[in-house]
Amino acid sequence: MTSIATDISTPRSGGLRSWLERYPFLPALVILIALLALNGLFSPNSLSFRSLAGLLSTYMALVMLAIAQTYVVSAGDIDLSAGATLSLVNVAIVVLMERWGGGAGAVLLALTLGLLIGLACGLVNGLVVAALRLQAIVATFATSIFFTGLALYVMPVAGTPAPTIFWRTYGGRLLGLPFVFYVLAALAILLFLLSRTRIVTELLAVGDDQQAAYQTGLPVVAVRIKGYLLCGLFSALAAFCLTGDTASGDPLVGGKMTLYSVAAVVLGGSALAGGWTTVVGSLLGALTIGLVNSLVFFMGTPSEWQNFVQGLAILIVLMAGVLAGRRARV
Amino acid sequence: MSSVFAFFKRPLVVALILIVALLVLGQSLSPGFASADQILRLLIVASLLGIVAAGQNVVILGGREGIDLSVGGVVSLSAIIAGNVMNGADGGILPAVLACLAAGAVFGLLNGLGVTLLRIPPLVMTLGMLGVLQGLLVVIRQGIPSGRAAPGLSAFVTQPIALGIPGIIWLWVAIGLFMAFMLNRTVFGHRIYAIGSNDHAAYMAGVPVRLMRIGLFMISGMFAAIAGLCLLGYSGSSFANVGEQYMLSSIIAVVFGGTSLAGGKGGYTGTMAGALLLVILQGILTTVNIDESGRQMVFGATLLLLMLFYGRGRAMRA
Repeated sequence: MTSIATDISTPRSGGLRSWLERYPFLPALVILIALLALNGLFSPNSLSFRSLAGLLSTYMALVMLAIAQTYVVSAGDIDLSAGATLSLVNVAIVVLMERWGGGAGAVLLALTLGLLIGLACGLVNGLVVAALRLQAIVATFATSIFFTGLALYVMPVAGTPAPTIFWRTYGGRLLGLPFVFYVLAALAILLFLLSRTRIVTELLAVGDDQQAAYQTGLPVVAVRIKGYLLCGLFSALAAFCLTGDTASGDPLVGGKMTLYSVAAVVLGGSALAGGWTTVVGSLLGALTIGLVNSLVFFMGTPSEWQNFVQGLAILIVLMAGVLAGRRARV
Repeated sequence: MSSVFAFFKRPLVVALILIVALLVLGQSLSPGFASADQILRLLIVASLLGIVAAGQNVVILGGREGIDLSVGGVVSLSAIIAGNVMNGADGGILPAVLACLAAGAVFGLLNGLGVTLLRIPPLVMTLGMLGVLQGLLVVIRQGIPSGRAAPGLSAFVTQPIALGIPGIIWLWVAIGLFMAFMLNRTVFGHRIYAIGSNDHAAYMAGVPVRLMRIGLFMISGMFAAIAGLCLLGYSGSSFANVGEQYMLSSIIAVVFGGTSLAGGKGGYTGTMAGALLLVILQGILTTVNIDESGRQMVFGATLLLLMLFYGRGRAMRA
């Protein structure tokens, strides 16, 4: 009799476990706070408003890319071309802004085109993975090579600067607050609006059980394509943040970020197999990776050891996150 | 009639037909592309990829989303270790081989423990390991001047040793025979397919699933280490991240060979053809006179096109 009572977990009965069920990103949040505390310990300055805003503007691109990845992972897919999409949008908008004179109008027009390019990349991925039924890992790897080729065509070598007005705005302040905070607020509103739409639920249904989703009448192919479109859109937004932060174009800038975006999704408490994801978790996961990197720096790690310690720390944090999340779910 | 159709849909047959077609295409684009010398050179490059893909193959066959993204890091690390251990002396070859195999086994073991004990998805575990390996490469490069290949190793990889064929190609053939024997004729091989198609059933039937899976990652690490060693012999000295390219191309070779990423179905013969196919494709792209951006676009698009021939997912049916 008692086993029945425990099987049906109500929010009150399970304590920590039910909390974790409702908020799967809690482990990531705890790790994030711990890392913040450690950062403060090693370098009290790093907790100042100014350095936190700086950290945010540096890692906003990874946050966006991790969120992009979350939508395809929701449907049980993956996008190894997200970083290449970011690179392509980055070089495209920088070249367009320069060609059109670098004024405010040129910037806005280039950003609009950048969004369309991101959506186009997402559409290509959606078509080859969902409509042509190629395996997502290898197909998006192939498209990543293709997109990288396009980026190299647009800008063969890194270095073209972005217009001053663009990076000054992104790195500057508006009404006394760092601009990146407005980006974060806009992102929060966008994510909230998206969570109210059917598309997220549909993606999760497809990721949970494709066949069942199909049998209940969901247009599975269309839903998966929408996931890739969202991924392309957020990859373009990631490119905007990156361009604002680095103030230049680089055709290979996003290559290494793809795998970090996958790590951030897992760190955030999402299941890589699909059907169970959290965008808030991915956001926290991306910031955690950023904090790990800055902590390694602040600890005074010798420069040649930094990559190694960062890699090791991220692996350990991933293990901790995955373990904590598993305790909650199983 | 339908059996004829089925024959032409088999991945190995598709790959072989495509290989011949690409060789003809290469020869027509640049006369001499399909000459004996050139084909030997392509085979040497293909054996490097094929050896990495052997390990990737067994991890993927083992199922549970098995994949090893860390192979590229192990290849690079092994090339550096080998260079530093032998440092141009033939007497150092054996210690170098042992050191590389040990390193490959250790990183494979760590991957396997993370995947089985901590139950971290292989994609994430091996990706994290890749980050660690890349960091390790930076550390080693800063401290020690990287060494050179011993003449004996270089000769093994690039010079003919029997029937006019270089040793590394013989090694690849031997690995092919070993893999075919292991997968088809041994209990261990049968168990790989068993855990790949249904690991719960295999566990119930008494297969030590976790131990098996750790073993598969160790095999993958050791094959990547052998490839790194041979790569050093091929290029003479090791340079940063030489192995990076093998990470995803090894997966593509496995997929082109007809092994399902879902696990439990496929084999190594196809993977060998897949590796060859990939290398010939890259060879054609280097002979054609287009710049890097065009090359990448054509390569990506061709990969997609070729994938249409290979085990697409089933359409949804009610």
